[in-house]
Amino acid sequence: MANHRFAPPRTKEPKEPGTGLRAPVGRRKFLGYLIAAPTLVVAAEFTRQQIFDAPSTAWAAATPSGPQTPEVYDLLDALRDAGRPTANLIRIEVNKDGTVSFALPRSDNGQGIITSTQMIIAEEMGLEVDQVKVTLADARPELMFNQLTGGSSTTFTTYTPIRVAAALAQMRLLDAASQLLQQDVRTLTSRGGLITGATGGSVPFSALAEKAASAVDQQVEVALKPREDFAIIGKPQNKTDARDIVTGRKCFATDLQIPDALPTVICRAPDLNGTPDDVENIDEVRGMPGITDVEVVSTGVAVRAKTFGQAIDGVRALRVQWNDGTVHGEDDESVLAKVRAAELPMAVPAGVGETIDCAFTFYFASSSSLETNSAIADVRADRAEVWGAMKNPIAASGDIAKAVGLPQSAVTVHVTEGGGSFGRKLFYDAAVEAAECSKVIGKPVKLMWTRADDSRQGRVHPMATSRIRAQISGDTVLSYEQRHTSVATQVNPGFGDAISTGAVKAPLGNLTLSESIFELTQVTPYDFGVSTRFLNEVDMRFNTTSMRNIYSPNVATARELMVDQIAAKMGKDPYEFRRAFLKHDRMRGVLDAVAKEGRWGRSMKKGTAQGLGFHTEYKGVSAALVEIDCRPDTVNRKIREAVTGPRVTKVTFAVDIGLVINPRGLEAQMMGGINDALALILTSSLHLTDGHFVEASWDNYFYTRQWNTPPEMNIIIVDSDADEPGGAGEFGLAATCGAIATAYARAVGKVPEYFPINHKDPFPFEPKPLVPPIPESPTDGLRHTY
Amino acid sequence: MPTHTFTLNGERVTVDVEDDVRLLWVIRDMLGITGPKYGCGINVCKACTCHINGKAFNPCSVPVGAIHESDEITTIEGLADGDDLHPMQQAWLDRDVPQCGYCQPGQIMAAVAKVRQCQREGRDLDDAAIEEIRNICRCGTYQRIREAIKAGADNM
Ligand code: FES
Ligand code: FES
Repeated sequence: MANHRFAPPRTKEPKEPGTGLRAPVGRRKFLGYLIAAPTLVVAAEFTRQQIFDAPSTAWAAATPSGPQTPEVYDLLDALRDAGRPTANLIRIEVNKDGTVSFALPRSDNGQGIITSTQMIIAEEMGLEVDQVKVTLADARPELMFNQLTGGSSTTFTTYTPIRVAAALAQMRLLDAASQLLQQDVRTLTSRGGLITGATGGSVPFSALAEKAASAVDQQVEVALKPREDFAIIGKPQNKTDARDIVTGRKCFATDLQIPDALPTVICRAPDLNGTPDDVENIDEVRGMPGITDVEVVSTGVAVRAKTFGQAIDGVRALRVQWNDGTVHGEDDESVLAKVRAAELPMAVPAGVGETIDCAFTFYFASSSSLETNSAIADVRADRAEVWGAMKNPIAASGDIAKAVGLPQSAVTVHVTEGGGSFGRKLFYDAAVEAAECSKVIGKPVKLMWTRADDSRQGRVHPMATSRIRAQISGDTVLSYEQRHTSVATQVNPGFGDAISTGAVKAPLGNLTLSESIFELTQVTPYDFGVSTRFLNEVDMRFNTTSMRNIYSPNVATARELMVDQIAAKMGKDPYEFRRAFLKHDRMRGVLDAVAKEGRWGRSMKKGTAQGLGFHTEYKGVSAALVEIDCRPDTVNRKIREAVTGPRVTKVTFAVDIGLVINPRGLEAQMMGGINDALALILTSSLHLTDGHFVEASWDNYFYTRQWNTPPEMNIIIVDSDADEPGGAGEFGLAATCGAIATAYARAVGKVPEYFPINHKDPFPFEPKPLVPPIPESPTDGLRHTY
Repeated sequence: MPTHTFTLNGERVTVDVEDDVRLLWVIRDMLGITGPKYGCGINVCKACTCHINGKAFNPCSVPVGAIHESDEITTIEGLADGDDLHPMQQAWLDRDVPQCGYCQPGQIMAAVAKVRQCQREGRDLDDAAIEEIRNICRCGTYQRIREAIKAGADNM
């Protein structure tokens, strides 16, 4: 299925004399630091010029539309610039046993960044990938906002500093080996942690770790391995934690065994964000089997027990009076009316040319990962210790400190590996709650949100509308305007600081936070004359977050549907039209790749169709070609407790993300994004009714399953000459959303007005009760064995 | 308090706990075996999939009182033969299936049982059979899962 097609290798630049670790004059040098320590410890910082000589100059082609912000300065630049002042704290250590270790100040929730970081270090130090130990760093407040995993930024922001540190470590080890072996450093080779001299003799890293150490902190110049010598970066690498995963050893937050941290579940209100008023039977529940504690906390009533099953039983038995929630009485339609009322007007009046208007609604979607929100907390009088998967542990430790009334320095936050994030773990709702529970109960707790909590009270991707007006005249698009209006997306404190710090540097300066993210990520990739894109948000006190992107999947869906309509008006083929109007050859490269590989324009049976989508973001470009089957036999197939509907039968996806560290990991990320796109366009959304979300589990919220997923998926990685990696974690969605939507519209002969397309269908399930807030576990499991 | 004895990953275990506590919590919270994951508690997500006497089942939906002394429960931790991985685990590694990994213990246990079921019933392990697997992967690894099941089945 996988199909990696790389561009022909770059013609090697003529090697300058003496190329190697001792860089010749003329090769870019980087500053690294030797840190005084018993064994070799190196650190690195970076500055803009060192990393990125000329940002995106290739993109600034003269176009009728003029460059939009992301073309010259995008979200990744903003995150990196924001992280710059403290990035020098990235440190690599060579240990006495010869291993090389690095604590990655990021959160891995399945994106494979631990593996790609091992690869980057192994490349510079001539090691095998598994000889590098990468762990996730605890919260390090001194890093300020440079410890943040979001906006697909990790590889982009850490790539060069990690390489600089690794190259410096390698240089020091070679120097030490040269002295020990009494041989010229240029004749030494380093492989697998062993440095060997040309005239015989070798010495392992373990024998050099102390010798190469520095007695004082000092600044050193270092050159990086040239790209044409890469042996690891760019080669497919399996995830290094896969064996732990397939044997059940990988440890998530609730798998940790922390002494006395007993299972704890919170009884929550029927309303979204409702709060407890009074508990009628607290003592009765305290006396139930296995239950150790029941206490009122700010978000509900916490029940601590020997097992989660007993804690859930306790929650189910509680009789609580609740205060109204934040959207009491509201529903989809009332919220949509408020969003519509906030839509900004178009700048160009209708009738300037031939006017095409369209409007789309995107309903709430759940960002629930398979691991529910969970955290362990042990809060004492003078200190607190918290464990959880957090993408922004520094902000978390601050908020935990506030919640339990301790100074931030008394709070230790351990970052565990997460079971999926997709944006939700930028927040740390469970960590703050766990800390509060531990404080109120006076004992350690292992807090877990149940699935119903996670689905109904957890963070959501906001409802939004996208209106577009295009004016055309003959074969020219005179203007293209998009107005995106959304329930406010919360951006958590750390992320916020990072973006606003960076956004003021972007050409438009001084935008509000979500306007900044919109402006930094959204670009209309076509030459569509006067082009404007505005965002307006309505704050309605929902718990929102990005979900593998904030705006792009919706913006792209609306845009690509509009592009098809403009093409149709002009009587042009959708592929030829896109080709003609895309701004750059790099964009056309991925479009051509999917058209060729996916056989654009092949004859399709009635009720089935192809569709195209394109998207640019994160310093990359992507295109998708989708085939969909909307024939009645397919749409109406029956699977119990499932949504079937139109079936995407084939996806061809091409991505050019710049330098690819790990093509196998990149392909996995694209695959995940594509499966998310199916859900967003076709099957899954939350319904707000009477102040709460209806969906309480995966049999209500229809995320993509095996029976929905395309039997054929072909992911093409188009390599480009870029020296740096772009972002990848969220990139699979937007183009695919556009392609599914355009394919669907073509197959059924009608452009949908809202997404997912099944949002207004009758519920294919009986809604679960709100009180008690957790459904009872069935008891008939042994009747369903196979 | 009632006592329950059964075999877990080849070892005899005994726990004292009320009959109605679901087996998932007995395994995870009392016996400390954490491979089977919680994802819904109502037999929907299948993240907790284990084997009982060789067949797939979901311990979140079985009270411990329903387990007999003669029952053999296998979690993902008991699938390999010591250091020798089960062919399905190996196929998962070869295809680099996992992303976050949270669903994967359940996916592998379901896959093994589905292959055995098809073998028992003399059915092909085709796309239709694979689409009977209900396990959710919220990271969206479905295509690699499909490839891995077929590869793993070839060695079973
Ligand atoms: S936790 Fe058992 S099926 Fe979801
Ligand atoms: S790998 Fe993350 S849920 Fe499947």
